[in-house]
Amino acid sequence: MSKQLNIVRSPAVPLNMENVDTDQIIPARFLKATSREGFGKNLFRDWRYENDDDTKPRKGFPLNNPVYKGKILVAAKNFGCGSSREHAAWAIKDYGFDVVISSFFADIFKNNALNNFLLPVTVSEGFLQKLFAAIEKDPATELEVNLQEQTIKLPDGSWQAFEINNYKKTCLLNGYDDIDYLLSIKDDINSYETKRAFQF
Amino acid sequence: MGKTLFEKIWEKHVVKTIDGGPSILYIDKHFIHEVTSPQAFNGLNKRGIKVLRPHQVVATADHNVPTLNQHLPIKEELSRLQVEALKNNCAEHGIELYGLGHPYQGIVHVIGPELGITQPGMTIVCGDSHTSTHGAFGNIAFGIGTSEVEMVLATQCLMQTKPKLMRINIEGKLNKGVVSKDIVLYILSRITASGATGYAVEFAGSAIRSLTMEARMTICNMSIEMGARCGMIAPDETTFIYIKGRKFAPTGEEWDKRLAYWKTLYSDNDAAFDKEITIRAEDIEPMITYGTNPGMGVGVTGHVPSLSEIDEKEKPSFEKSLAYMGLQPGANIKGRKVDYVFIGSCTNSRIEDLRMVASFVKGKHKASNVEVWVVPGSKQVEKQAIEEGIDKVFSEAGFILRQPGCSACLGMNEDKIPAGKYCISTSNRNFEGRQGPNARTFLASPLTAALAAITGEVGDIREYYKETELVTN
Ligand code: SF4
Repeated sequence: MSKQLNIVRSPAVPLNMENVDTDQIIPARFLKATSREGFGKNLFRDWRYENDDDTKPRKGFPLNNPVYKGKILVAAKNFGCGSSREHAAWAIKDYGFDVVISSFFADIFKNNALNNFLLPVTVSEGFLQKLFAAIEKDPATELEVNLQEQTIKLPDGSWQAFEINNYKKTCLLNGYDDIDYLLSIKDDINSYETKRAFQF
Repeated sequence: MGKTLFEKIWEKHVVKTIDGGPSILYIDKHFIHEVTSPQAFNGLNKRGIKVLRPHQVVATADHNVPTLNQHLPIKEELSRLQVEALKNNCAEHGIELYGLGHPYQGIVHVIGPELGITQPGMTIVCGDSHTSTHGAFGNIAFGIGTSEVEMVLATQCLMQTKPKLMRINIEGKLNKGVVSKDIVLYILSRITASGATGYAVEFAGSAIRSLTMEARMTICNMSIEMGARCGMIAPDETTFIYIKGRKFAPTGEEWDKRLAYWKTLYSDNDAAFDKEITIRAEDIEPMITYGTNPGMGVGVTGHVPSLSEIDEKEKPSFEKSLAYMGLQPGANIKGRKVDYVFIGSCTNSRIEDLRMVASFVKGKHKASNVEVWVVPGSKQVEKQAIEEGIDKVFSEAGFILRQPGCSACLGMNEDKIPAGKYCISTSNRNFEGRQGPNARTFLASPLTAALAAITGEVGDIREYYKETELVTN
C-alpha cells in the first residue's frame, strides 16, 4: 500500500451510480478475514460477477470493461453510505485505486479512506458531470489530482479546487498516520484523564 | 448564547484541538465485536503496544454467530476463526468479553443499554455504524472504522472534526398503529438517505418525549441511514428510570452525582442549530420501503413513485433499484406477497418489539407461504421472552424463535434470504444483497412485519386495530 500521496495522474474508471453503499463495495460475506489484505479481488463482487462466479464477469460493469483503467475511481453522489466497514476502503485501495472522486461522500467512509491513504476528492455536481462526460467521450482521458495544490484538472485545462483539512493533508503527503500522532500526545491524554468528572 | 446537547457533551471531551484540523476527543466507552476488531489488534501487536484502558472496552460476538445450536462449535471455519480471534485478543488485553454462551451475549447495541453501560453524557464508539443507537440516552455515540478502533484501543482517543448540528422535531400525537420505526422511516422518506450527512442529529418534540427508551433507540439506530454522524435524544425521567438498577448503573452517592449532571443535558432554549426540521406526528402512517436504500419508503397504503415523480438525474438508480426489487413504477405495495419475515436486528429485537409482535400474533397462525424468523437481540431478551411466555405464542403461530445475533440483518452467518425472495424485515438496511445475494427486502415496523407473517402479504395494521389489543412503543 502506497503510504504517501501527492500527484496522481491517471485515466479514471467511471461508476455513475448514486448512493453506492459499502455492502455493494464489499459484501458482508467477505468480511470474515482477520487481515487487511486481499479484499480487492472481491471489490463490487455482486455487480462484477454473475451468480457470485468470478469466471462470469457481468458485461457492462465498468470494472469489467477493458477500456477503463487507472488509479482514479469517479463515483456519483453519496458514495460509501451504510455500514462502517473499513474493508470497503481496503478493497478499493487493494484493487489499485489511490483516489475516489464524488460530489458527496458518506462521513465514515471518508474517514476510513483517509486513514488508508485513499484520497476522497469532493467536487461540485457540475464538475462531476463534466468528468463523466469527458471519460465517456475518451476513456483514456488523464485526470490530474494534485494534493499539495488541492486541485483536480482535466486535459482541456479546466480544473476545480477541493478541500481537505490541513492536518490530514500533512499526513497523506508524508505517510503519517493518526495513531503515531495520538501516541505522541500521551501526556495530554493522561492529564485529561485526571481531570475527568466521571470515571464512566 | 446557549448550548446544544451535543456541544455540552463534546466540549467536555475535547483533549486538545489541532490548529486548522480535527479535535482529539476522549472516548468513555468502546464496544468491540468480532468483525471489525481483529485487524485493529493486529495493528497494536505490530506496534508492540497494549490496550490503554481495557476496562473501558466491552466486547461481544454478534455479527458472525449462528442463531441455532449456539452450544456447538461454529461450523463455518472463517466465522469460527474470527470469533476465536476475538476471544484470544480479549484475553490477551484484559477486555471483558460477553461471548457465545455468556448470559449477557447479544447484539452490541442491544446489550450496552440493557446492561446499563450506556449512559447520558458519555462518548461512545464502536466499529459499527449503528453505534448511533446509544445516543437515545443523550450521549455522543458513533460508528468508526477499524483504523479508528485501533486508535481508541491504543490511546482511548479519536481524531474528530466537529459535525454540523441538526434538530428534527416530531410534534403531536402518533396515529394508532404507528410506532417508532414508522417515525424514522418517515423521516428518511422525507430527507433521503443522505439528508443528514455531516450532521449530528438531535431528535426532539412532544412525540419523541412520549416514547419509551426502546422506541427511542430504534430512531437513533437509524440516524446513520440518513447519513448522520450520530443521533441523540436529551435524557429525561424516562431515561433515568430505565437506567436505574441495571447491572452497571451507578448506585448510591455516585448515582446522585451523575443524575445531577444528566439533568443538565439538554439543548438550551437559545441554542443554535445549523438546520431544523419539524414534522407533524399525525402525518406519519405505518411505513414500508420499496427500494434499495432506506430513504425509499412510503406509507403502506401508498405506491411506488411513478417515473414522472422522479428527478431526471435520479432515474437510472431508481430504475436499477426497482428492477432489483422486481417492482414496477407506480405499483401498489399493499397486497404484495412476502416469502420471509425477519424480526430482529439492533433496530427492533428488544423485548418491547417481541411483545408488540406477540400482542398481534397471539392465537393466530402464520400464513403457509411464509417462513418467520424471530431473532432476539440478546440472551437477556431471549430469557425474558421465555419467562413471559412469548416463546409459546410464537411456536403456536409457527414462528421460529432463534438465538441472539445479527442474523439475517446482514446475512454473514447461515441466516440468508434466498435469491429473488421477498423478506419483510424489521432491520435497518434494504441494500442490494444485504440479506443474502439477490434477496429483496421491505423494511417495516415489528407490527407491520407481524401482520405480513399472518396474512402472507403486506398489509395495513390500522385495519386490525380495533379487533386486537396491540402493544406499541
Ligand atoms: S443487527 Fe444488523 S445493523 Fe445491527 S449491528 Fe448487527 S449487522 Fe449491524
